[in-house]
Amino acid sequence: MRVTVRLFARLRELVGAGELSRNVAAGAVVAVVWDDLAREYPAISPYAGSMSCAVNAEYARMTTVVDEDDEVAFLPPVSGG
Amino acid sequence: MIATRVTTDRLDPAALVQAVETPGSGAIATFVGLVRDHNQGRRVLHLVYEAYEPLAERALTRILDEARDRWPTAVLAVHHRTGKLEVGQVSVAIAAASPHRSEAFAACRYAIERVKQIVPIWKHEYFEGGDVWIEGATADPDDTSARDSAMRIACA
Repeated sequence: MRVTVRLFARLRELVGAGELSRNVAAGAVVAVVWDDLAREYPAISPYAGSMSCAVNAEYARMTTVVDEDDEVAFLPPVSGG
Repeated sequence: MIATRVTTDRLDPAALVQAVETPGSGAIATFVGLVRDHNQGRRVLHLVYEAYEPLAERALTRILDEARDRWPTAVLAVHHRTGKLEVGQVSVAIAAASPHRSEAFAACRYAIERVKQIVPIWKHEYFEGGDVWIEGATADPDDTSARDSAMRIACA
């Protein structure tokens, strides 16, 4: 199934795109989407321990199950204010 | 006036002050965050703020809900700007009104501490000689220790 991956700030720059379409197996969790992406773009791997994730613009966990057409976002540590 | 906003438009702190005032207000505390001309020894030229807008709006709404739970009489507004900001421009504006000053100060301080913890917005700093993404807190709204820390700072 297809999911849309959204990336921000330095993660976006490391991958070279803010939005990607990726295929994952039905029933996959967010961690699978991340692991696939980190294999494709090893430069993002160091963010595994510090980033947050969101599914359909709601904060989620790496164990959250994703559905077809979901938007999965990976967020580096935030720095607003 | 919307209580929460993520926008590329210039922020107007005075409009937030007006918006939170009610007949029961006895105090209004404000926080205005500015782009300063230096950071960690670097001469800052400008900042570019990036946001995951729909989630940033939700995170701001969540902060207002948290503040309302703790200070039921406080009325808050929080606006955050995105895009390119020059030195001296307003990046974030917060206004908190309440019947008495202690709740207004505390709610205002709590709101900015939580903005820095859980709102998906990032600063890209352009300084003399280069640029760098600023990375602060790992955003986790359910992290109670972060929330407790913001509460302690607010009530200190």
